[in-house]
Amino acid sequence: MGKIIKVSGPLVVAEGLADAGMADVVLVGAQKLRGEILTMTGDRASIQVYEETAGLGPGAEVVTTGSPLSVELGPGLLDNIYDGIQRPLEEIRDICGDTLTRGIDIPALNRQKLWEFKPVAEVGASVSGGDIIGTVQETSAIEHRIMVPHGVTGTIQSIEQGAFKVTDVVAKIKSADGKVTEVTMMQKWGVRKGRPYKHKNLPEVPLQSGQRVIDTLFPLAKGGTAAVPGPFGSGKTVVQHALAKWSDVDVVVYIGCGERGNEMTDVLMEFPELTDPKTGEPLMKRTCLIANTSDMPVAAREASIYTGITIAEYYRDMGYDVAIIADSTSRWAEALREMSGRLEEMPGEEGYPAYLSSRLAQFYERAGSIECVCSDDNPRSGSLTAIGAVSPPGGDTSEPVSQATLRIVKVFWGLDASLARARHFPAINWLNSYSLYLDNLQGWYDENLGEQFLANRAKTVSLLQEESSLQEIVKLVGQDSLSPEDRLTLETAKMIREDYLQQNAFVDIDSFSSYDRQAKMLAMILQFDQLARTALGAGTDMKKILAVSSKARIARAKTVEEDCYQDEYAGIAANITAELKALAAGGDAE
Amino acid sequence: MIKEYQTIREVSGPLMIVKGVDNVTYDELAEIELSNGEHRRCKVLEVNGSDAVVQLFESSAGINLAESKVRFLGHGMRLGVSEDMLGRVFDGMGRPIDGGPEILAEKYIDVNGLPMNPAARNYPSEFIQTGVSAIDGLNTLVRGQKLPIFSGSGLPHAQLAAQIARQAKVRGTDSSFAVCFAAVGITFEESEYFVREFKRTGAIDRTVLFTNLANDPAVERIATPRMCLTAAEYLAFEKNMHVLVIITDITNYAEALREVSAARKEVPGRRGYPGYLYTDLATMYERAGRRRGSEGSITMIPILTMPEDDLTHPIPDLTGYITEGQIILSRELYLKNVMPPVDVSSSLSRLKDKGIGEGKTREDHSGTMNQLFAAYSAGKDARELATILGESALSDVDKLYAKFAEQFEDAYVGQGFDSDRSIEETLDIGWKLLSILPVTELKRIKTEHIDKYLPKAE
Repeated sequence: MGKIIKVSGPLVVAEGLADAGMADVVLVGAQKLRGEILTMTGDRASIQVYEETAGLGPGAEVVTTGSPLSVELGPGLLDNIYDGIQRPLEEIRDICGDTLTRGIDIPALNRQKLWEFKPVAEVGASVSGGDIIGTVQETSAIEHRIMVPHGVTGTIQSIEQGAFKVTDVVAKIKSADGKVTEVTMMQKWGVRKGRPYKHKNLPEVPLQSGQRVIDTLFPLAKGGTAAVPGPFGSGKTVVQHALAKWSDVDVVVYIGCGERGNEMTDVLMEFPELTDPKTGEPLMKRTCLIANTSDMPVAAREASIYTGITIAEYYRDMGYDVAIIADSTSRWAEALREMSGRLEEMPGEEGYPAYLSSRLAQFYERAGSIECVCSDDNPRSGSLTAIGAVSPPGGDTSEPVSQATLRIVKVFWGLDASLARARHFPAINWLNSYSLYLDNLQGWYDENLGEQFLANRAKTVSLLQEESSLQEIVKLVGQDSLSPEDRLTLETAKMIREDYLQQNAFVDIDSFSSYDRQAKMLAMILQFDQLARTALGAGTDMKKILAVSSKARIARAKTVEEDCYQDEYAGIAANITAELKALAAGGDAE
Repeated sequence: MIKEYQTIREVSGPLMIVKGVDNVTYDELAEIELSNGEHRRCKVLEVNGSDAVVQLFESSAGINLAESKVRFLGHGMRLGVSEDMLGRVFDGMGRPIDGGPEILAEKYIDVNGLPMNPAARNYPSEFIQTGVSAIDGLNTLVRGQKLPIFSGSGLPHAQLAAQIARQAKVRGTDSSFAVCFAAVGITFEESEYFVREFKRTGAIDRTVLFTNLANDPAVERIATPRMCLTAAEYLAFEKNMHVLVIITDITNYAEALREVSAARKEVPGRRGYPGYLYTDLATMYERAGRRRGSEGSITMIPILTMPEDDLTHPIPDLTGYITEGQIILSRELYLKNVMPPVDVSSSLSRLKDKGIGEGKTREDHSGTMNQLFAAYSAGKDARELATILGESALSDVDKLYAKFAEQFEDAYVGQGFDSDRSIEETLDIGWKLLSILPVTELKRIKTEHIDKYLPKAE
């Protein structure tokens, strides 16, 4: 047993901990506050404590639990909200009211609740780590697959069926040397170590988010990584919420890391009301929330990211597509900086520790599209997509967290304050954002949306690029100096911006666009552009072209109801062709 | 048994080192007794073996290392609370300074508070009518929101805050409300302005004031907002009141924090502010809100002056990342004598969408709001173009937009500090202004609302 010798904020130094190992979880003081060992010198350990340390002083006892910071994995994770070290917040509220008192020790998974376990493996079957032996309907949306713990191999000696608690033994596995392992529905896993997989694949399927600017211009692949940096008020949280709502994945882990409490409340109240377009079930049924808001202890904020990604990996191992959304990684980095400062480590850039970028890289690298660990006769694959918000001070992405993130992630959605001020949402800047997955995804696009889609995408990007250089000229000498072709470019680019890229997250029909809708809408705008150019070439007046009724119909295309959009879009396309061909032929548009 | 130590070894700036202490805990409150019998308060920042690093809340002048005594009190900093605090004035450490009797505390609460369980929060959605069009109409405040005013030196943020405190109400309710006001390092004149305003309107009986003036010890400022918030939490969540918290000026608070951080020789973050400024500010701001287990609410309006009107300065920047929007005052409008000079385009209320619309304000609120934003922004662009290329370069529609922008600033924003507009008045003024523009330009409003509310041309 150790004794405290120093307390400085969330950092506690204790001596007499020769029996403890690095990164062990320890219980500090009479209230048994949980902490984690960061460094050891002789029998002296520096400990980061996950709760407020007021009232701790030298002499107080420190006991090691002998195990690293771990999470409990099993049914009951979804449709639930945890703090940064996986304590169930709803249950804490039942016990100690509206505020978080210290030293609460409640197991993450409810020990009383009964789950209906259905075996899928038979007695006598030989199994190894990762094999599915049974299932539990965890929520109406997700079937929880109970896997053999890693490192266990043998034949099933017995397997149960019926209602069990997470700690009840549901199967016994006898290994070759006669050792019997009892398997429960719950496993534990240390958060700082990624869960194993057989091998990683290149991500080749897009993660459909229903957000046009993302899916069309800067797509993310399932198993990929993305960052969303932006100053305050640029709509970071709205983008993150939209991704959590509409991404076509099976499970979403949403981490509120050092952000506003009301944002988590918003998710908690809104998600049970929203329906997942894929399963028709409430979105909350596929969501696990990790909330370590900005007023909660800073050390637990550091842990929250790892807690979240370990839970996400666990569902990935069941063969699901999982997305983890972390808002915001900058607050996580600040927690790291605070602990580093208290440890009196030599600071790197802006006071951040020198290991900031390697820690960030380790986090993002736990994403990927993988083959799950299991016996070869029943292979399955899963994916884990990581999306992190970054909150650069003053919106300036030259700071260390943004830069370290950009070196790792493959997709960058740069939010722009000036777009947000002009009420253009999502305020993703199309000139500096990028996605490096386009090549990987080409096969999927060509197969599912036709080869025209990527061609249209390229055309869109170049029109927007051209617009920005033309705008420079307009600012200097006015629009009148442009040729009719250039003015048409400006018009088309404006249509792309206003009628396509702008998307209102608060209007039901507009908040989600399927890929089919996106492809058709974009094709319409480009068809307009192409035919208008022909008409211009034939000498038609610009004003006449811009006045055609089909242009106004394009503007309203995004609000067409889901059940009739195909007919309406076909109608608009025919309308564009008819009107503009007539103009080109010198006839009247009517 | 409380021991006294006469072992102060070092005093430097706001910090003091006491040797040979026993049983001292982190964040514990202590008291220094000077040789002349004077008492000063301080708290433990760090304990290392038998050494304690202690932060003073008052001046270190006169502390004699050999003769001064330190007593550790065995608890953190606490505030004695009771409903009798309403109508009283306290100093920055919570001691009465209005000549009245000591408060008979119902209980003592740790001023650091406890973090609110995110699962216990109730999402703010009740519309507060402040009577200020630029806020009610475009950047709507709701109960339990934290909405700071970003100001600059010389701008009338005090008048705006006083106007809000005076006029704010939730319509159709008569639940008890209170104001908790913390003056943090502001001048006597500014503080007195608020006191007089509260007295003039009779609000003083419902107000708890904590004042740390510019000549009071700077380090005391670290405690003052927390005193105020502790009183607010008590009134809101134990006495079910609706509390409006006004803290002015957060910039002074952050500077006090920087002073202590520098004295501790911590690695500085941007502009010398400590790296934990965000977390520190968040533990104050996040105390606003509503709880599921209580009727009451805390709505917070912190005021901060942006050094050099720079929005990217760490204080407004970090504040903006925590609060639910911001009201920004514009020097340009102030010079045009538009009062209150609220810059509506860069101001924002993140919670407005849940607080407006049918049953809360009026069905046409959301549509007109978006239209006014868009029209004002187009109007400003047109005005800018006119200054470069001359008015004749504007198209007819652009001329109307420019006219709209002028009148919008005059009639909608520039209502003065004494007018209290109902939300209907605000919306109707909006419609009147929108009628300047051709109906075809009103693309963001539903047609049925245009038919119903747009004033008919005479």
